[in-house]
Amino acid sequence: MERKDYERLRWRCIRRALLELDITLTRFLERGFEQLSEEEKQVFVELADMEDHELWYWLSGKTECDDPRYAPIVAAIRKS
Amino acid sequence: MSIPVLKFDAVIVGAGGAGLRSAIQLSEAGLKTAVLSKVFPTRSHTVAAQGGVAASLGNSEEDHWHWHMYDTVKGSDWLGDQDAIEFMVRKANECVVELEHYGMPFDRTDNGKIYQRPFGGHMSNFGEKPVRRSCAAADRTGHAMLHAMYQRNVKANTQFFVEWMALDLIRDSEGHVVGVTAMEMETGQVVIFHTRATIFATGGAGRIFYSSTNAFINTGDGLGMAARAGIPLEDMEFWQFHPTGVAGAGVLITEGVRGEGGILRNSSKERFMERYAPNAKDLASRDVVSRAMTTEINEGRGCGVNKDYVLLDITHLDPNTIMKRLPGIREIGLQFAGVDCIKEPLPVVPTCHYQMGGIPTHYSGRVVVPQNGDYNTIVPGFYAAGECACASVHGANRLGTNSLLDLLVFGKSAGDSAVEDLKAGKAHRELPADAAEKSLSRIAALDNRKGGANVHETRLAMQRTMQNHAGVFRFGDMLKSGVDKILEVEKAARQLEIKDKSMAWNTARTEALEMENLIEVAKATMLSAEARKESRGAHVRDDAPDTPEFPNGRNDKEWLKHTLFNPVDNSITYKPVNMQPLTVEPIALKTRSY
Ligand SMILES: Cc1cc2nc3c(=O)[nH]c(=O)nc-3n(C[C@H](O)[C@H](O)[C@H](O)COP(=O)(O)OP(=O)(O)OC[C@H]3O[C@@H](n4cnc5c(N)ncnc54)[C@H](O)[C@@H]3O)c2cc1C
Repeated sequence: MERKDYERLRWRCIRRALLELDITLTRFLERGFEQLSEEEKQVFVELADMEDHELWYWLSGKTECDDPRYAPIVAAIRKS
Repeated sequence: MSIPVLKFDAVIVGAGGAGLRSAIQLSEAGLKTAVLSKVFPTRSHTVAAQGGVAASLGNSEEDHWHWHMYDTVKGSDWLGDQDAIEFMVRKANECVVELEHYGMPFDRTDNGKIYQRPFGGHMSNFGEKPVRRSCAAADRTGHAMLHAMYQRNVKANTQFFVEWMALDLIRDSEGHVVGVTAMEMETGQVVIFHTRATIFATGGAGRIFYSSTNAFINTGDGLGMAARAGIPLEDMEFWQFHPTGVAGAGVLITEGVRGEGGILRNSSKERFMERYAPNAKDLASRDVVSRAMTTEINEGRGCGVNKDYVLLDITHLDPNTIMKRLPGIREIGLQFAGVDCIKEPLPVVPTCHYQMGGIPTHYSGRVVVPQNGDYNTIVPGFYAAGECACASVHGANRLGTNSLLDLLVFGKSAGDSAVEDLKAGKAHRELPADAAEKSLSRIAALDNRKGGANVHETRLAMQRTMQNHAGVFRFGDMLKSGVDKILEVEKAARQLEIKDKSMAWNTARTEALEMENLIEVAKATMLSAEARKESRGAHVRDDAPDTPEFPNGRNDKEWLKHTLFNPVDNSITYKPVNMQPLTVEPIALKTRSY
């Protein structure tokens, strides 16, 4: 991922509407993001663009993420 | 260097509740309006508000704005201006109904009215017993509010500048505000917004503390910009600590949990609020609850290995009620405390939550400063609303659900005042020749400095200093040493160094610029807190204890006045509290007890 794209993504992870997501996504950027494949990184970019509540519901397990495209990354973030 | 200039009738910095509400007024009046935001509008922190918005609709039981006014004055520990408070509570119903018309999906009663629930400090009949006054949309009140207002703005042709950071206020030689400088994050380009009206709606600055319920975005940019432009900051010693942040993480557990019947318990499972607030109990005002919790912890009745938190118990509630009325709470417990609240109580501590002080405004939303003996001289062209502003309706302590109301009422009022002034006013005033100088030299300094301070470390030093020296309980000697410490941190914050010098998407630079705002707020807070030698509302000093002469440590003879911190020379002046409401009798001074 190019520097500019990573930085844009970083901003969208560290400045969320919900503190819950600030904490969870920042933690994942630091701990899990680098291990993702380029393709998975793109999926993460899409996740980071989601509405805060929807994303938080997935990451907190309040609603199950049944979309096969996102489920593996959601699981990885939950573990980080 | 030539800087691009964009001309608008009005620029609004901030796309949270206050910014979006004022933008509606301007755009619908046909004025060319720009709204700047560091993030997409519906990612503003207002989204996090769960509990609701206060309005004495009286849908669930009898209620009256005058009772709401009484509660707000009392909640403020009489530091709120009574003209502004009357203005706000009387506008509440209109603003909530308007929001309903914008499409806000409020919870409903069986007969189709807006459902209302009780909330700490809101009482019926002048403080008698809790009243149902809070209107909510499940646990997504703020979110639903922002969406409704964003759509309304799109329809009204408000122009959004998303992922833009405003840097500095532009004032001309006569002190008129003529716009702001701002940086487009994607390119790093600095641009001047040349305007006839500038409205700040930049939200709070809760990240000055180590333990905070506020999202990372709350860096007090509006206050920093105002301070650098020589505008004093009002009542900055008053920060509300939310009683129930998850111990360790800061994540908020809404007061609605206690509204629905949650009970606070100490290590011996005692419902300790019965001792501190026999009537309101767990629904007492936030600072009363925070202080009680801290006392329990300080006196050794806290829980856990370190006895450093208390418990919030909802295990007696029907799990269906929990899932229906308080969705999300269970997940927060599981994720950030490892506790299932249906089976076990949650560990909680008082956590910084809300800033009562801010940029001094009149209830019309116009920014006012002291000048030639007049405390309320208008700064032409400058308005502020929402958490960054101090109207002052929250005084020394805000009641829950009153800030969503604040941003609706004063967002609208700031917008209306700007429209009124613009309709009466003339063309754009000339930009000063050095309009962008301050911002450009701040950026150049960051880019060129070698051997400066690290942003992350400086922020941490500030947060620890604020937490330890100016937290929910304050001590004279700690405040004194806190002043020295924060002035030390300020030196570092003025010498920040960043490694990344890229123009496009340089988040390190953005964070450094935010840090320069945070430190202004932290400094104002520490110095104002040290100077106020009484206890009042959220400002509780160990050396101003509860005595018969000064109940709760409050000293009206000397301290019934607003602090004005002057950032130019770190000096402090005071201005009187407005005790005169608009139409009713003043709410007379009384000891604040629940
Ligand atoms: C967890 C939580 C729950 C809460 N629950 C409730 C509740 O139930 N009821 C209630 O009444 N109150 C509640 N509050 C308080 C209330 O939510 C806030 O006071 C209120 O939402 C603040 O709104 P605002 O419009 O002033 O600012 P915000 O919504 O914070 O918006 C600030 C805006 O300013 C922009 N901005 C900031 N700096 C810049 C800059 N330099 N350049 C460009 N843009 C900038 C941001 O991008 C954002 O768009 C809660 C607060 C928290 C933290």
